[in-house]
Amino acid sequence: MSDSTAAPSSHRWRFPIRINLEPRLKEPPTWYPILITLIALVVALVMGGIMIAFVGGDPIRSYLHIAQASFGNIGVLSDTFVKATPILFTSLACAIAFRMRLWNIGAEGQFIMGAFGASAVVLTPLLPENTSPWIFIPAMMLAGIIAGALWGFIPGFLKARYNVNEIISTLMMNYIALSWVNFWVFAVWTEGGFQMSRKFPTAAWLPRLLDYAKMAPVLRGLTTHLGFVIGVVAAIILWFIIFRSRWGYEIRLMGDNPRAAQYAGINIARNTILVMMVSGALAGLGGMSEVTGVIHRLQSAPLAAGYGFTGIIVAWLSRLNPLVIILVSILFGALLLAGREIQPSGVPKMIQGMILVCLIASDFFLRYNISIVRTGKEA
Amino acid sequence: MTNEMTKASIKETSQPLMVEMRGIIKRFPGVLANDHVDFDLRQGEIHTLLGENGAGKSTLMNVLAGLYRQESGTIYVKGREVDFSSPRDAINAGIGMVHQHFMLVPSQTVTENILLGLDKPRFRMNLAEYDQIIADLGKRFGLEVDPKAKIWQLSVGEQQRVELLKMLYRGAQVLILDEPTAVLAPVEIEGFFQTLRSMVKEGKSVIFISHKLQEVMDVSDRVTVMRKGKVTAPGLITSQTTRQELAHQMVGRDVVFHIDKKPVVPGEVVLKVEDIKCENDKGLPALNSVSFEIRSGEILGLAGVAGNGQRELAQVITGMRKCTNGTVWLSGEEICNHPASFSIQRGLAYVPEDRTHEGSSPNLSITDNVIMKNYRKHPISNGWMLNVSEAVNFAEELKNAYNIIAPSIKTPVRMLSGGNLQRVILAREISGKPALIVAVQPTRGLDVGAIEGVQRLLLAQREAGSAILLVSEELEELFALSDRIAVIYEGNLMGEVHGENDLDAIGLMMTGTPLEQIRKGGTETNV
Repeated sequence: MSDSTAAPSSHRWRFPIRINLEPRLKEPPTWYPILITLIALVVALVMGGIMIAFVGGDPIRSYLHIAQASFGNIGVLSDTFVKATPILFTSLACAIAFRMRLWNIGAEGQFIMGAFGASAVVLTPLLPENTSPWIFIPAMMLAGIIAGALWGFIPGFLKARYNVNEIISTLMMNYIALSWVNFWVFAVWTEGGFQMSRKFPTAAWLPRLLDYAKMAPVLRGLTTHLGFVIGVVAAIILWFIIFRSRWGYEIRLMGDNPRAAQYAGINIARNTILVMMVSGALAGLGGMSEVTGVIHRLQSAPLAAGYGFTGIIVAWLSRLNPLVIILVSILFGALLLAGREIQPSGVPKMIQGMILVCLIASDFFLRYNISIVRTGKEA
Repeated sequence: MTNEMTKASIKETSQPLMVEMRGIIKRFPGVLANDHVDFDLRQGEIHTLLGENGAGKSTLMNVLAGLYRQESGTIYVKGREVDFSSPRDAINAGIGMVHQHFMLVPSQTVTENILLGLDKPRFRMNLAEYDQIIADLGKRFGLEVDPKAKIWQLSVGEQQRVELLKMLYRGAQVLILDEPTAVLAPVEIEGFFQTLRSMVKEGKSVIFISHKLQEVMDVSDRVTVMRKGKVTAPGLITSQTTRQELAHQMVGRDVVFHIDKKPVVPGEVVLKVEDIKCENDKGLPALNSVSFEIRSGEILGLAGVAGNGQRELAQVITGMRKCTNGTVWLSGEEICNHPASFSIQRGLAYVPEDRTHEGSSPNLSITDNVIMKNYRKHPISNGWMLNVSEAVNFAEELKNAYNIIAPSIKTPVRMLSGGNLQRVILAREISGKPALIVAVQPTRGLDVGAIEGVQRLLLAQREAGSAILLVSEELEELFALSDRIAVIYEGNLMGEVHGENDLDAIGLMMTGTPLEQIRKGGTETNV
């Protein structure tokens, strides 16, 4: 009998309450996931605060400092947007791939390749220096998109054709991309032996707010560039694709249940390649925007700053919703910008990591009902 | 051979009891898998546990092997009450189970697999010594395998021997074998039975789970039949029973419930299956020249124990599996080996067996699930965009028409009950006014009310002129709905009958006797 089976343990002292977990059978109300996400964020910040206190800082002052240094005035706000732009692109790249459960860890490499493609237009040179910006910029965008898409196509094709794990292949492709750009920067396009190319002609720069300071003096010194606008537009288009288009429906279906998708007559192999290419193209466009909007020359160090990996965090934090990604990448841009004022690398990265861990853990609360049971009552 | 067994079995009824299970109850969410089950096993006998899939045989044996714990009831091993909390306890008491799916490490050798998890050898692995021990053990029981071979190099039959050796090496006195012949080729089966007999001669006792009557008659001393969680025939001596009797106990009859079935005059031939063959996931033949026809307004029931090719047949017709021979015609057009979308466009509807993994997309909403087949068509498709308001209207319409009970059409379908999820799938499939419906186990796991709802929907489709292929293990359901019933066994159609008067014939066909042979047998088969 069940009583006798419980017998040996009944002699032992038992904790008076027990936590009971049951898979949720009903959808929680709409506010619930938002609340849980916010709580996860707060928990992460508190844990980050404890760590800051451990290393001898004042957590509250540090956070206030972060807030001020990123949203305090229009100047730093503009800098925040500049920092947010590359993250915005890489997060969108991750979001569309993750929607189909393609774990594209290679936004980093696709981003670098996009920057390379755009730079090649100037440095090869494919277009003469005195080309009008109206031709220059679209050509560079196109080159960035093509280079990024190519870097997405390779792992996509390998996955579709030979079932090569895309996590490994995209990760490895990151190193290839970095080495490839390093080669060009060191050996071919080097400027006087430095690890960078020459500066691009201004016709190949993305327009910035400060370019219009003559018309509106308020804009003086603001470095936010057109890339941010392109990113926001891309996010809106991506939202429409995912939630309102036939293709987006297919992507969501394949991501959730490939067998059902196959039965609905969707070609999974073809779409694997397509989605990887679009994902790569978005990251590539981000690389183009960074190289033509901020760096203005090809140089590997500022490109390989981990935007592709931050994009993974942001995409998850936004629950793969492109519109939410706009907001979250601005938040992360702020963290990057202001974090740099606290410490060049350690603490801000750590806070990012904690946010991701808390967020993934919070998913558990969406899937399970948690109740506390008194153990005494049960038997 | 059968005569020898007869003598042996009579002698063995006097042997002492090895295992005694009394009043075992085991419940799973929504199912009573074992309902006051009694079972006993004597030393040196082969005792078969016979029953259809889902009868509770495996559950009972998993309780005995320490994998599950019974809610109530007692187990005695050699007269002593035992209480297993893990398979390790069971093996210490001398009970070992070989599962249908082997639990071996492919990259390791036979010896390594057998020693895995044991206390000895402790640190220094003197494998050569153990290789010899295992080779000797194998020779003694007729289970020869090369101890140095890696598991992945072995055939399925050899892997099974390794599983048996694993249990014997651990000192098992009682061996539980869960459908051991399912993975063997016909030529291997006789050899396997020899092994069983030699093990019994060495004093081991064997419990043999099966649903194949011929094997049961060939190899076992006694047989216990289970149906729907209960024992219907306890410990019959095999030589004193007949196949008919066992088949009858296995399929049985419950309360007959009738739902109104209007007479429909069958129309044109909608589905014509001609001589098809195909392979299963393991690359073994699954269908062997199957041919039949279904006319519009007609339901053909396909009876058979699960795993005899029903799933593969449904997949070939729906284009989800390649067929290697023969053709399938849908309304005069060949649909064999075309992508699934090809036959969908030509009026095929499919209600798959696996509702959550094949039939629906669990995390997407009801709306997203019901448009799965018509999102490419106007009005839901609007160029490359989806017309969301049309999709919502369509979903609302279906939700009302098919009584889908859900908080809203935005609810992810994983939140729905089995009956409601099945309604979502049926709504999607039927709303396209299909010419042919292939429904595999459409009522499995549903409660009574939901079952009736689903059955009424299928009958309504029949009256509307669809041809329906109904694959089911529930004979009641087949009798209630079908116009004709065909029986499949190991990829062969055994014959076709018309209704419940032929119950015993169906039972025999399900266990491997072709209809012609039953008819020829005449007097003997009329139970």
